[in-house]
Amino acid sequence: MSGTSTTSSDTTSKGRIKIVHIYPREMSIYGDLGNTRCLASRLRWHGYEPVIHQHHPGNDFPTDVHLVLGGGGQDSGQARVEDDLAHNAEVLRALVADGTPMLMICGMYQLFGNAFITVEGDRLPGIGILDVTTQGNAKRMVGPVVLETAYGDVVGYENHSGSTTLGPGQQPFGRVRSGMGNNGTDGTEGAVTGNVVGSYLHGPVLPANPALADALIKLAVERALGEPFVPGRVDDELADKARTRQVRRLVG
Amino acid sequence: MAVAAGKVARAATRLRGGGSALPGLVVERVDPRFLTHALANLPRGVVVVTGTNGKTTTTKMLVAILREHGLTVFTNPTGSNFTRGVISSMLAEIPFSGRLKADIAVLELDEAHALKFAAEVKPTHSLLLNVARDQLDRFAEIDHTAKLLGELAEQTTTGVVLNLDDSYVSRIAGRVRDGVTVTYFGVDPSIADRLPELQEADVRFDDEFTPPRPTAADGLLKPHDERSFEVRFGPTERVGPMVLRQRGLAAMINATAATSTARVMLANEFRDVDAVAALERVTPPFGRGEVIDADGQPLELVLVKNPAGFTVALGTYGNAPVTTMIAINDNYADGRDVSWLYDVSFESLRDKGVALTSGVRAYDMALRLKYDDVAVAEVEPDLEVALQRFLTAYKDEPKRIFCTYTAMMTLRRDLAARYGLAKFGEDPT
Repeated sequence: MSGTSTTSSDTTSKGRIKIVHIYPREMSIYGDLGNTRCLASRLRWHGYEPVIHQHHPGNDFPTDVHLVLGGGGQDSGQARVEDDLAHNAEVLRALVADGTPMLMICGMYQLFGNAFITVEGDRLPGIGILDVTTQGNAKRMVGPVVLETAYGDVVGYENHSGSTTLGPGQQPFGRVRSGMGNNGTDGTEGAVTGNVVGSYLHGPVLPANPALADALIKLAVERALGEPFVPGRVDDELADKARTRQVRRLVG
Repeated sequence: MAVAAGKVARAATRLRGGGSALPGLVVERVDPRFLTHALANLPRGVVVVTGTNGKTTTTKMLVAILREHGLTVFTNPTGSNFTRGVISSMLAEIPFSGRLKADIAVLELDEAHALKFAAEVKPTHSLLLNVARDQLDRFAEIDHTAKLLGELAEQTTTGVVLNLDDSYVSRIAGRVRDGVTVTYFGVDPSIADRLPELQEADVRFDDEFTPPRPTAADGLLKPHDERSFEVRFGPTERVGPMVLRQRGLAAMINATAATSTARVMLANEFRDVDAVAALERVTPPFGRGEVIDADGQPLELVLVKNPAGFTVALGTYGNAPVTTMIAINDNYADGRDVSWLYDVSFESLRDKGVALTSGVRAYDMALRLKYDDVAVAEVEPDLEVALQRFLTAYKDEPKRIFCTYTAMMTLRRDLAARYGLAKFGEDPT
C-alpha cells in the first residue's frame, strides 16, 4: 500500500516519506548514517516530510516503507544481524518486488547477494535479492573510487576484503574509472536490480552524489504518494565541487 | 656503529628541518636489535601508552608525574609514535655504548606499532586508553584494533592499566599473563552519562556490558565543574582538586589514566601533591589545544582525526564559541577516507557558523556542514591562502582551527614562521 497523509499541522509539506535504516547500530561504521541524514535533509529541501525509522535486530519490521537503507559494518556486526535479516527476508523481497527503492552499502550489499564465502571456505547465505556472490580475501581493496553510472560520475571510498562477482545478466551499479570496484578485475562496481542499488561506496555516497540521492527520493515519493516527484530548488554547488574535484584528482 | 650512523642522520635531518623518523630508520637498518639493547634493564621498566585517542597528552602527563617524583624518564615526545620515532628520539640521549641512562621509559606507540615494538622489547607495563574508529583504511576494523591491544596486554610482563568504561579495553583484563596486575582508570558514576559521546558501541557480544567494579587501586575521575576535578581511589584517597591547562573531559580522563598508572609504577613512593603539581603544569601538546598568540588574539590549533576525537573537541569548546576554521586533508597520515565526518555532529557550530573550510577536502567539509545547517562563509582548499585570509579577516577576535594531521603540520609551519614559535617537536616545557 502507498500513500500516507501529511499531518494537519504541517501545511507546507508535500507529503510524508518513510525511510527505514536497517541495523544502524551494527552496520554503519564508515559514516553510512550520512546517507540517511542526506536523504532526510534533501526531502525537506524538496518540500517533503521525512520520517526516519531505525530497524534493530529483533524488532518488528515496520510497515508503510518507502525507502530502505543499509550500510557497512565489521564482521562482528554482520554476524549480529544475520538472523534478523533471514527472518525478514520475505518482507524485504516483497518490498523489492513492489518497487521499493533501496540502497545497500558494503556489508549490507554483500548480505543482499546470494552468499559470502569466507577465506576458510564457509558459505554464509545472503538473502539473494541481488545476483552477486562474494568471496572473502586476505587482501583488502581500499581507496578512493570514481564510477561512471546512470547518474553520471559517482565518487566514494571503498574498503572491503570481499571480492564480488556478478551473476549472468546482473547489471552493475557502475563502471570503475578509478579504484577496484567489485573485484578489481572486471571493471564493475556494485549491482542494480529494479530499484535496488548495491555498492561498496562509502563517502558516504549520497551527499557528494546528489543525482543518485534524488533518483532514490523520486522513486520513494512516487511510491509513497502515488504522484510524480516535484523537486524543490536545491543548491548543489558544494556537492558538485566536492565531486568534480575528486574526479579531477583521480582520473584527471 | 648503529648509534653513530643514527646520530649523523639525526644531525642531518635537523639541519634540513623536520623528519623525526628518518634517523630511526637508519639505525633500524644498521642494527635491528638496537631497541632491545638500549632498553634492556632499565631499573623501573618500560611503559607503553597506546589506544586511539589521547596517547600524546597522556604520555606527557605520565612523564611529568614521574619526573616530579625525581625519576629520569626517557620518552618519545615528538608525537612520532612509531618504533623508528622512538629510536630517533633516543639518539639524542644515548651514549655510544648504546645503553640508555634512564630509570624508566614511557613510550607512546600507535596500536599496530606497539605490537611490533613488543616483539623487540617486552613492556613491563602498558596503559591502554581506548578503542575508537580511527583511520580504518589502515587498521580496517575497530575489532581488529581491540585485538591488537589485547595482544599487547598478553606481551606485558608486570602490570596493565585499562580503561574501565571502554568495553573494548576493559574486556582485555582476562587476557593478561598470570601474575600480571590489572588496574583500571575510569569515570565516577556521577558523570557516566557523558561517556556515550566518547565511546563506540561494542556489538561483538550478546551480553550487555557491565564494567568491572572498581577497587581502591583504580582511579576514578570526579569533576567539580568544567575545569576543576579530582581523581578518587577508593572511598578516602583523593588526588586533587586540580585544574589542567588543557580544557575538556577528554583531558581530564587522560590525567586520570596518567595518575592511575603513575600510582602503579611508584607504589609507596607516589605523592599526590607531586602528581597535582606536575599535571597542572603540563602544557597541551602542539595541535592538541595549543594556543598561539596571533597579533594579540588567541588562536587555538585543535587536531582532529576521528569521530570520537572531533566530537570531544567540539564538546570541549562548545561553551566558548569563537571564529572557526576547519582544515581537512586526506593524506595517509590523516586517514584517506573522510566518511567519518558524517559520524560527527556539528550542530554546536550552528549559531556562530564556520568562517572557512580548507584543505584537500575543503568542499567535502563544507558540504558536511551544510547538512547540519552550519553556514560556511568561504571555502578555500589552499591552506596557506586560507590561513592568510583567516588571520586578516578576523584579526581582532579569538580564533580556532580544527585540522587533520597533515593540515596541522602545514598550518603550524606557516604560523611558526609568522609568529616565531618553537618548531614542531621542540617542546618548550
